[in-house]
Amino acid sequence: MADIIKKATRESYGEALKELAKECDKLVVLDADLAEATKTVMFKKEYPERFIDCGIAEANMMGVAAGLAAAGKIPFASSFAMFAAGRAFEIVRNSIGYPHLNVKIGATHAGISVGEDGATHQCNEDIALMRTIPGMTIINPADHVEAKAAVKAAAAYEGPVYLRFGRLAAPVFNDEATYRFEIGKGIGLKDGTDVTIIATGLMVNEALEAAKMLEADGINARVINIHTIKPLDKEIVCKAAKETGLIVTVEEHSIIGGLGSAVSEAVTECCPVPVVRIGVNDEFGHSGPAVDLLKEFGLCKENIAVKVKEAVDRFKK
Amino acid sequence: MDSTIKKQLEMTAVKVRMGVIEGTFNAKSGHPGGSLSISDLLTYLYSVKMNINPSDPDMKDRDRLVLSKGHCAPALYSVLAEKGFFPKEELKSLRHIGALLQGHPCIHIPGVDMSSGSLGQGISAACGMALAGKLDNADYKVYTILGDGEIEEGQVWEAAMFAAHYKLDNLVAIVDNNGLQIDGKISEVCSPEPITDKFAAFGWHVITMDAHDFDSIEKAFDEAEKISGKPVAIIQKSIKGKGVSFMEDKCSWHGTAPNKEQYDQAMAELNERLSSLEA
Repeated sequence: MADIIKKATRESYGEALKELAKECDKLVVLDADLAEATKTVMFKKEYPERFIDCGIAEANMMGVAAGLAAAGKIPFASSFAMFAAGRAFEIVRNSIGYPHLNVKIGATHAGISVGEDGATHQCNEDIALMRTIPGMTIINPADHVEAKAAVKAAAAYEGPVYLRFGRLAAPVFNDEATYRFEIGKGIGLKDGTDVTIIATGLMVNEALEAAKMLEADGINARVINIHTIKPLDKEIVCKAAKETGLIVTVEEHSIIGGLGSAVSEAVTECCPVPVVRIGVNDEFGHSGPAVDLLKEFGLCKENIAVKVKEAVDRFKK
Repeated sequence: MDSTIKKQLEMTAVKVRMGVIEGTFNAKSGHPGGSLSISDLLTYLYSVKMNINPSDPDMKDRDRLVLSKGHCAPALYSVLAEKGFFPKEELKSLRHIGALLQGHPCIHIPGVDMSSGSLGQGISAACGMALAGKLDNADYKVYTILGDGEIEEGQVWEAAMFAAHYKLDNLVAIVDNNGLQIDGKISEVCSPEPITDKFAAFGWHVITMDAHDFDSIEKAFDEAEKISGKPVAIIQKSIKGKGVSFMEDKCSWHGTAPNKEQYDQAMAELNERLSSLEA
């Protein structure tokens, strides 16, 4: 078997920006002294005249991005999720969201997989924060192929978009040749009838692996990739609720306000069935190697399989 | 300044002030004090300085203005109505349900270049617009108006650093230095003074002017025009509530609307001023 290629989605972000710049002369990239880490450095090297370093000043960066968009540019404003969605929240809300300006926020280092830097930098709240802003589109890609496609779709879309990327190299499971990305459209990755696992971002591949493990227990799990958390693909979610009667959500984000919440809200209104949320519980992270942290916080195929089995035993038998 | 033009500007400024009183009275809320202190400035910019087109508010390469002290929207709306961006009648439904004119500037209103009102944010957006102008080799100017209390916000200084670093000489920030904020005198609340020194230290060319004297205003903007390689800060010495005797230099008129009696008195004073200018 060929080795699985691994790549962090922040790398995909840098690559996609560089490729997009060729065809889109309105595109400009902003960063807040993190170009090496967010990978906007790839763009900076080739297009220095369109790269704007704002220094360590995320609030101003978001406002500058708003002004650039108001004057016709397509700005990608980049920082770690903690600062893009956290520190700059009110500027994103009032200067980008309220006027509905065409700003793309490239937020890297999302989630617990930031690793050793610890809790101050592990942003598990960004999706929750961004979801509350009217008109904000939120995309959390699962792998390199999806991330690149998402950046390009965001550039082509008119309006504010929050793009969430990871620091950790993640398995590339989508096939670039056949993969199609559409904002707001969930992707059915595996059919199943007993339960549906709805995952986003880094957890999509883990969910697929967990579904394979569950086959051995005789559990036939459907797997859906929700890359766009807002607007949520209610159709695919509600269909899954109707057809499988049980949903388990998996995200590298707080279980409060993220994918689990969005799915629960949708299911409650269209077809109430039990929804079990797997994610970071109501607690802060801490330092450690990313892979170990993901295991510790239950964000791995083994724990997903256990939790899905428990849910099936509890609700379906 | 030519005396005919000056008189014309003074008359327009009185009408702009009437719009502020009309708007806040009908809204039963809003911010007349700071609106009156920037009425002459806005009159000058929209009558003399800015390349704008009321019949094409989104005209490419127009000059832009971001009212960073967005709570003074009544003055901006009043000047935009005076220039014909929308009917003056709209001022009477300021802040009403379903009205065009929101409590704070909204980008969807004709002539408003940026939504603002959460203090400290407008100057950043103005920097972005100025930078876009530089990137496009467009020759438009961007103006932004800040309150002297507003500059207590840290984001203002992030933006000040940015504008100087990127040599945004197409950007002019005007600080409305009326010396008062909600809780009292700026010098007593949490002093941002010395304002001129601060902007100079951040790499800006700093000019001071008398906010209620069109000769002084013209002189300041003529000087600003000549500056290249750095952004310009104009610190305008103003009087909060200027033009309405009982509102002048009174902190309490920051965010209070006039009642009927006060409205009548304010309008009478402004009408008297207009008549004396017309005589």
